[in-house]
Amino acid sequence: MEKEIKSSIDEGLRNYKRLIIQNAHKDPSILHKTYFDESFFTIQKIDKKTGLTFVNQYLDTILYMQDFYDPTPELEEVRMLITAFEFDEEYYMLKVANAMVDKEDMVAAFFKNTIWLYLSLIIAILIINNIVLKRLWKPFYDLLFQIKEYRLDSTQKLPKVQTRTKEFTDLNNTINTLLVDSKVVYEQQKQFIGNASHELQTPLAISINKMELLLEDKNLSQEQATTITEIYDISQRMVRLNKSLLLLSKIENKQFLKNQEVSLLEVTQNSIEELEDFAAFKKIEILIKKSSTTLLSIDPTLAYILISNLIRNAIFHNIENGVVHITVDKNSFKICNTGVEHALDKDKIFTQFYKSHKNSKGTGLGLAIVKAITDLYGYLISYEFTDKHHCIKIQFDTTHSSQM
Amino acid sequence: MLESPIVILAFIVKINSLKTSFEISYLTKGLENNDFSIIDSTVKILVIEDEQLLLQSIKTSLEKEGFLVEIAMDYHSALEKVFMYEYDCILLDIMLPNGSGFEILEALKKYDKSENIIIISAKDSLDDKLLGLELGADDYITKPFHLAELNARVKAVLRRKTQDGATQMEFSNLKLDFEERLVSINEQPIPLNRKEFAILNYFLLNKNRLVTKTSLAEHVWGDNIDQVDNFDFIYYQIKNLRNKLKEFGAEVKIKSIYGVGYKLVEK
Repeated sequence: MEKEIKSSIDEGLRNYKRLIIQNAHKDPSILHKTYFDESFFTIQKIDKKTGLTFVNQYLDTILYMQDFYDPTPELEEVRMLITAFEFDEEYYMLKVANAMVDKEDMVAAFFKNTIWLYLSLIIAILIINNIVLKRLWKPFYDLLFQIKEYRLDSTQKLPKVQTRTKEFTDLNNTINTLLVDSKVVYEQQKQFIGNASHELQTPLAISINKMELLLEDKNLSQEQATTITEIYDISQRMVRLNKSLLLLSKIENKQFLKNQEVSLLEVTQNSIEELEDFAAFKKIEILIKKSSTTLLSIDPTLAYILISNLIRNAIFHNIENGVVHITVDKNSFKICNTGVEHALDKDKIFTQFYKSHKNSKGTGLGLAIVKAITDLYGYLISYEFTDKHHCIKIQFDTTHSSQM
Repeated sequence: MLESPIVILAFIVKINSLKTSFEISYLTKGLENNDFSIIDSTVKILVIEDEQLLLQSIKTSLEKEGFLVEIAMDYHSALEKVFMYEYDCILLDIMLPNGSGFEILEALKKYDKSENIIIISAKDSLDDKLLGLELGADDYITKPFHLAELNARVKAVLRRKTQDGATQMEFSNLKLDFEERLVSINEQPIPLNRKEFAILNYFLLNKNRLVTKTSLAEHVWGDNIDQVDNFDFIYYQIKNLRNKLKEFGAEVKIKSIYGVGYKLVEK
């Protein structure tokens, strides 16, 4: 920057030189001015030889100057041009100076201004960036947000943005096509298990009926009868499994949605009554330790399945002479039972086909169905092993109006 | 000398008279079941089902009960049969191809022939059930079902259209009254709890037939019980029932069949 300043000063000096030469024509007396003083130039006569070979010099030097506010003349920095010119066949050396006093201040001022300019430019850019670009990209981020929030199984509305930008509307449409296709495939897959189970029912029915007729044949040997009985039992297991799969599929497909005000206590009492022979056989005592008549908004069939699955499980996995404790609360349902001496894997027990004993004849879907129901209504279900009791607790978040 | 021709003649006459009776085969079956009522009025049942194998099983099972069973496998043959003959009971598969199951039901209702219809369906759908019952069906059974259960349902439906409003079932010296919910042996009432009564009721509806443990459990303890895979608790109930029958001198007994079920038979 200093260079720029100097070169402009130098140009000023050259202009000054021209002016002086012009004035010399009008007033030759200046040709004899050999001191600086008020006009900052001196002229000296030189010989022809020097004059012709003279080279312009620009230098930084000092001169005595007296500013407005200086009491005495002081040495100040100046930029001087030493040059030569010809006038009336005579050669003169001209020294012309320009005060550099303000050079540093000027540089400082320039610098400061430049910084300010720079900063304000940056700020302006940032502001423009945020406001303008944001507005420009708003539809894009809007769409992005909607896509992130989209759930294949639950979101009803496809993402949509209001914009006139063709690229964004194209993106929107393409994504929507993709989502619609995915949803179709997803629904088909969801229906599959239900359809498959459904189809299985008839062949299973036929097998079972044929075996029932076969077992009525009086001419069977003991061995044959035993074998057929074994096949019959296994077929029954298939039927149970199939029914559970069908149920699970229906629950997950939200085919049970007729919510009513259901008294859990009543459902519990009915279930216990139904299972009392089963419990009595294993000499298991079922106690309702605490009860509340609060109503829960739930499909009655699902409530029945939920409670009876839990109670049945509690009896089935129990030891002889064991106990089952049930607590029905305003906001929760808890069931505890005695059983194996160690805790079960709490992360796995609610998964499909998990069995605590390998040879258990259960379907492995009992608790999976329970979990499917609690997931459907947004209830919280947990398992813990405390005081040698296996406890399962379900918490209902809202009492009367559970939203799904 | 004269005896042999007379005996032979008598024999021939007897055979002929028996031959001319349509119900010869059903007679023998009826005798097997000790139920003489069917000689006079053989119960006719129409089974409308498109699954060949299932149809055969149902037919065999019902014929063992002494019923006359006719079959139809599609819409047209079904309607043909229904309008040609009178049936005491119709078993209709609602899931016939081309949605014709419900159409048959509607046609039957339209022509006032919708008595004693039991709907068979693979779908445990409440909507289907309500629609079926609305259209005039008397009962609804879902596949897969036990033959003993089907049998019990058919007999229950027949009882409504019954001869002399009979409210009783008899087997040897055992008598069961549905209305009074009473069982008597040699006219003497015996004390039974609710479950025992239900079990005996089921056995009587299926006398001389195999009743599997599963079938019994589902009928008496409800559908939910089938997820209990251990039916040993039933043994307890049967034991108590057997003791009571013995105590009151019943001429019938509950026989164990290969560990898979029971059969109520005459001693």
